[in-house]
Amino acid sequence: MKLILAIIKPFKLEEAKEALSQLGIQGMTVTEVKGFGRQKGHTEIYRGSEYTVDFLPKVKLEVVVADEIVPKVVAAIVKAAKTGKIGDGKVFVVPLDEAVRIRTDERGEAAL
Amino acid sequence: MKVVLSHLLRAVPAVVALALGPLPAHAQPAPPPPTLEQRVTALEAYVTNSDPGNALTGVPGPGHNAWMMTSAALVLFMTLPGLALFYGGLVRRKNVLSVLAQCLGIAGLVTILWWAVGYSLVFGTGFGSRFFGGAEYFFLHGVTSAPNTNYAFWVSQNVFAMYQLMFAIITPALIVGAIAERMKFSAVLLFMTLWMLVVYFPLAHMVWGATGLMNGVWNPDAPIRAIDFAGGTVVHMSSGWSALILALLIGPRLGFGKEKMAPHSMVLCMVGTGMLWVGWYGFNAGSAVGADGIAANAFTTTTIATAVAAFTWGMIERIFHGRSSILGFCSGAVGGLVVITPATGFVDTTGAVIIGVFAAAVPYLFVTKVKARFGYDDALDTFGVHAVGGTLGAFLTGLLATGAVNGNLTGGAAVKNGLAALVTHGGLWHEQLKAIAITLLLSVVATAVIGSIVKAVIGLRPTPEVERQGLDLAEHGEEGYIE
Repeated sequence: MKLILAIIKPFKLEEAKEALSQLGIQGMTVTEVKGFGRQKGHTEIYRGSEYTVDFLPKVKLEVVVADEIVPKVVAAIVKAAKTGKIGDGKVFVVPLDEAVRIRTDERGEAAL
Repeated sequence: MKVVLSHLLRAVPAVVALALGPLPAHAQPAPPPPTLEQRVTALEAYVTNSDPGNALTGVPGPGHNAWMMTSAALVLFMTLPGLALFYGGLVRRKNVLSVLAQCLGIAGLVTILWWAVGYSLVFGTGFGSRFFGGAEYFFLHGVTSAPNTNYAFWVSQNVFAMYQLMFAIITPALIVGAIAERMKFSAVLLFMTLWMLVVYFPLAHMVWGATGLMNGVWNPDAPIRAIDFAGGTVVHMSSGWSALILALLIGPRLGFGKEKMAPHSMVLCMVGTGMLWVGWYGFNAGSAVGADGIAANAFTTTTIATAVAAFTWGMIERIFHGRSSILGFCSGAVGGLVVITPATGFVDTTGAVIIGVFAAAVPYLFVTKVKARFGYDDALDTFGVHAVGGTLGAFLTGLLATGAVNGNLTGGAAVKNGLAALVTHGGLWHEQLKAIAITLLLSVVATAVIGSIVKAVIGLRPTPEVERQGLDLAEHGEEGYIE
């Protein structure tokens, strides 16, 4: 099992969700987050006073999948979230020890 | 039961008369009833908003009264919630309630002052002074529904007093913008109390009182023949220049120039601006003190100057920064409203367009360039918009006023004190400069003294911890936004 963490542009969330659904992924967790990478922030001007905003709004998408479909899932997220411009985000793949479905106490991939 | 009661009540005077014996007859015979011609003349006077003569003395006119009650409510709406939201949106989220509290606190405080002494000191004449009104209306004594013909033939004096109260409320509330996010609530209340007594009441009498020093339109003996239709000097110059001095006295916000102090809600700011614009019709068109042609002209010029200024500011931004901002449009609108204020009942639509352009360009320079150059922390630009705009408006009024839209400039008291000649032949701007100088001097000196007194007695600022945490929690025990 792997935990896939994707930080993407907020307006790309719908497309990423659609792509994952088509792969048969049945659940995911989404959080509104702020951060910056190479894109850095942007500048706001209020009556001539300039402020640099470092942290930009992004969406963090978390999904746990079986090892064999990891490459497909990563490819699907990358394809759906890509605009080709700086600030598209990143995908991280993290090994995962255990998963439990609380209702039935199922373990491992059966719990996904 | 009700019927019995009302019969009993009606019988009371008769019983009293029986007990006390016959009442003494009136010393003078009643005046003869007015003739039909006098009655018709009085009705015509209602239509032309002029003196009804003896036939309708002491009777308010329903239409004029209705407009003035509406206007009074509109001007209150400018402060609560218009200005409160406009300013509230511009501060950081930890201080939004402090701004609302200051506006609410000032509304209550000034109303009490106005009732006790304020109205009388501004609109009384008992002292026979150019600087102070009189004591005859203290505690609104004798201020009834009958008109005070020194100021209006058809508007109830109590309505007039409430209308003018709303001006007295918004003026100190404007000062709040310059010292936002860093003044103790107690210090705000103490400063404003003293400021009303020392600056606003005398200044308002000088400009609008029947015996006022610079009331060119209505005081036939005014030594300074200046004009100020709705308060360019009284409201905007006084608050704006005082705001600058108070901001300098109190010092900049902690972290000013280093930390991000961007507005926390441009949405609230825009909502407040819209309310200010709408409310300002009461402020400007209401200043005709009647629903007459002068009010109609003021309504028109207010609209045009404001729209032109809002659009111009937005376009200046677009040219120099590539984008028009909401704050730019809002600042332009408020700038236009401020600058047209002293001129609104005295200029035509061409004048209003000229004023609109200046009202955007000049305050724009002050809030974006001058402030940055000198580094004073006029937090929400009370100085840059109201002092600069008020001064500019007072001056432009001197250049653009025309008797064609307002007969009061060329008739009545204006003929006697020489204003009419100044309007017709030019030179009014010279009188306006005198009014500007007096307003500026009084505001700056008095604020420096009062501010220093408050600073010495109770202090102006909260502790650095409180300021860092935000005034909302520490001063008012509430948060603007609960997660």
